[in-house]
Amino acid sequence: MSADTMTANGDAQVAFYDLDEHDHPEGGSTLLGFWIYLMSDCLIFAMLFATYGVLGHSYAGGPGPRQLFELPLVALNTAMLLFSSITYGFAMLAMNQNKVAQTQIWLFVTALFGIAFLSIELTEFAALIHEGATPQRSAFLSSFFTLVGTHGLHVTFGLVWLFTLMVQIGTKGLIPANRRRLMCLSLFWHFLDVIWIGVFTFVYLMGMLR
Amino acid sequence: MSPQFVPISPIFGRFTIASLPLQEPIVVGTFCMVALGGLALVAALTWFKLWGYLWKEWFTSVDHKKIGVMYMVLGLVMLLRGFSDAIMMRAQQAIAFNGSEGYLNAHHYDQVFTAHGVIMIFFVAMPFVTGLMNFVVPLQIGARDVSFPFLNNFSFWMTVGGAVIVMMSLFVGEFARTGWLAYPPLSGVAYSPGVGVDYYIWALQVAGVGTLLSGVNLIATIVKLRAPGMTLMRMPIFTWTALCTNILIVAAFPVLTAVLVLLSLDRYVGTDFFTNTLGGNPMMYVNLIWIWGHPEVYILILPLFGVFSEVTSAFSGKRLFGYSSMVYATVVITILSYVVWLHHFFTMGSGASVNSFFGITTMVISIPTGAKLFNWLFTMYRGRIRFELPMLWTIAFMVTFTIGGMTGVMLAVPPADFVLHNSLFLIAHFHNVIIGGVVFGVFAAINFWFPKAFGFRLDPFWGKISFVCWVSGFWVAFTPLYVMGLMGVTRRLRTFDDPSLQIWFIIAALGAVLIALGIVAMLVQIAVSILNREKLRDTTGDIWHGRTLEWSTSSPPPEYNFAFTPIVHDTDAWWDMQERGAVRPTSGFKAIHMPRSTWAGVVLAGLSVAFGVAMIWYVWWLAIASFVGLIGVAIIHTFNYKRDYHISAEDVTRVENERTRQLAAEV
Repeated sequence: MSADTMTANGDAQVAFYDLDEHDHPEGGSTLLGFWIYLMSDCLIFAMLFATYGVLGHSYAGGPGPRQLFELPLVALNTAMLLFSSITYGFAMLAMNQNKVAQTQIWLFVTALFGIAFLSIELTEFAALIHEGATPQRSAFLSSFFTLVGTHGLHVTFGLVWLFTLMVQIGTKGLIPANRRRLMCLSLFWHFLDVIWIGVFTFVYLMGMLR
Repeated sequence: MSPQFVPISPIFGRFTIASLPLQEPIVVGTFCMVALGGLALVAALTWFKLWGYLWKEWFTSVDHKKIGVMYMVLGLVMLLRGFSDAIMMRAQQAIAFNGSEGYLNAHHYDQVFTAHGVIMIFFVAMPFVTGLMNFVVPLQIGARDVSFPFLNNFSFWMTVGGAVIVMMSLFVGEFARTGWLAYPPLSGVAYSPGVGVDYYIWALQVAGVGTLLSGVNLIATIVKLRAPGMTLMRMPIFTWTALCTNILIVAAFPVLTAVLVLLSLDRYVGTDFFTNTLGGNPMMYVNLIWIWGHPEVYILILPLFGVFSEVTSAFSGKRLFGYSSMVYATVVITILSYVVWLHHFFTMGSGASVNSFFGITTMVISIPTGAKLFNWLFTMYRGRIRFELPMLWTIAFMVTFTIGGMTGVMLAVPPADFVLHNSLFLIAHFHNVIIGGVVFGVFAAINFWFPKAFGFRLDPFWGKISFVCWVSGFWVAFTPLYVMGLMGVTRRLRTFDDPSLQIWFIIAALGAVLIALGIVAMLVQIAVSILNREKLRDTTGDIWHGRTLEWSTSSPPPEYNFAFTPIVHDTDAWWDMQERGAVRPTSGFKAIHMPRSTWAGVVLAGLSVAFGVAMIWYVWWLAIASFVGLIGVAIIHTFNYKRDYHISAEDVTRVENERTRQLAAEV
């Protein structure tokens, strides 16, 4: 690693300076940094889950989960998001094999599933609001809309990011910087999947049990 | 959803000429002063043609040292603002007796105490702490910059953005009148329909993004960029405390972000999180905000514990006593800081068991803190102590902070807290630990590392005057508050009925005047030091005979910090290198890979401020435009793939030869 520097008395060959250093490739800490950021994002969700846990029973005389949630629709929605995670995985596999076109195709399929997920979620929200179950109706609905909506907002940003990356891969190809970005988005996308599993279980399934 | 009808113009939102506080002579006077001062500054910068220099060398710089210095400047400027609020409160309380209303009306006074708290914590203490970590950590671990240099620049400008929003509230509209944590339902739209709480929310959200990202950045830096050989248990203590602080930042600030988002939804959308009606629960806000708030006080103090450790061992000429116990104490404090939050509201009515749990955890946290204190004392024991300014501040800290800690343990006893809750005793306690710990620590650090940053030390004469004024001023100002708190006087009062209390408030006001003299002396100290910089110059790079790696480079360090990355064999790496006669290489320099400056941080933060202000004033078109701009600029910035460059070997050789010459002249 390094040429040794002689010490003053010259007996011990201890190196105190790295004399033969090479450039550190840019982005060596990006994945760690992004992972730490994701954990902070996870805490935001933890707060929203906790808020839902405290306020989820405060119906204020309004409708509760049993009257509002349609499990088949939510199951379909969950399937969309899970499929999008699988297809993102295929995109990463294609990336590792250096296949640009295939990566792009799988990214596009991922985006389609993401858009389907968001559309179904928005349909559900619209139906709820139409029934009078608005975020303003009760603390339960406030915390429900905020938790599920924050997740949806994350998916939206993930999509903006995904399309940006598709343009960047289109112009620059699978250069190291773009691969790193794809890895980060991969972490982000799967993270949203994990959060959704929590939402599905904690909000929808357990809500129906009440 | 707002209960009172405010006409909202499509262009200006709810801003009208009536929003300007023209009826408040104090605010108008302040505005004139600030405007004149600002104009003079702008004129001077233009006259001396400094805009280009500032933009190129500072504002767009991604150099962690320059960003660190800019954080310190921000903290110092905001300290002046926060302190003016303090002295206004002291003056009001000293005269508002015997039927006198004082000189501040209730509307104004409530804003003053809220702004004082918010500014001192978020825009004085946080920039100081972040600035110190930014400047020192990469140097101490032998790195050339942080992990994400652009992010670092962006984080700084977001912190500035938050400060700009708070300052704007002074002259346009109003600030919150809720106290520094904006408890609902008072901060809800029903009781605070104006722009004050919105200013509070958006200032903290914008600055919070910066704080969180700089936390992520510094963790990655400490984990990934340490010099070869620097294992975790060979890291300097300041770096250890910085690591723990940044872990706390990443694990606490999202909570603040989330809780402020919920408060905003209540205010903007009409949800029912913290309302009294439709199932809302205001006490949940109090719990959530203190889950952030208690770790926050350790975010502030831990890095200063690191500073005191470095200073004590450097000025005692000894290795730090109990290095590993210091590390473990820091880690234990980091963890325990999450299980004490409820002691901020024992009176909520959680019941005896819950209160006992949090009372005990709070007392337990004083054990690692006490261990640290003994470590510092044993480091001094039989040391060859040099009473330079950083050491003086450290000794003042040891005495002051210990007393503050003991009153904290008193407050941790739930039955005692029922008597002392919300009293001036509490005010005296937390100023005792924040001034005695954080502020004294920051001053120790400034005096300690200033020569490293600028190549000359700060004038000791004016420094000592400032030291004497601050320390005595602190005790004169806050001892009366302890006394009155025990007598039952509550906080945030504007006028008083009991004339026997007035003498205590007059003494406290005199203390504030002493602190003011301390601040003036500090500004004089900086000015005098710049004037006499040739006399105070240090050419060795190691003016205090320091022990850690930052003292192995020149002062100020070159842009790349280290021409060759040092290899670490012991805890006090630089001391070890000197002991074993390491020879600084004087030839064979190579080109060095460095990050490039970027405009994106300033622009993104500017757009964030525009977005915040638009949201505060309900100027929806501007909110949409600035938000779209924000996303757009962020995306455009990701298309910039050229983020680095090389400092050529010739340039490195030139700088290093100059250093070789300088060191030779020294001998």
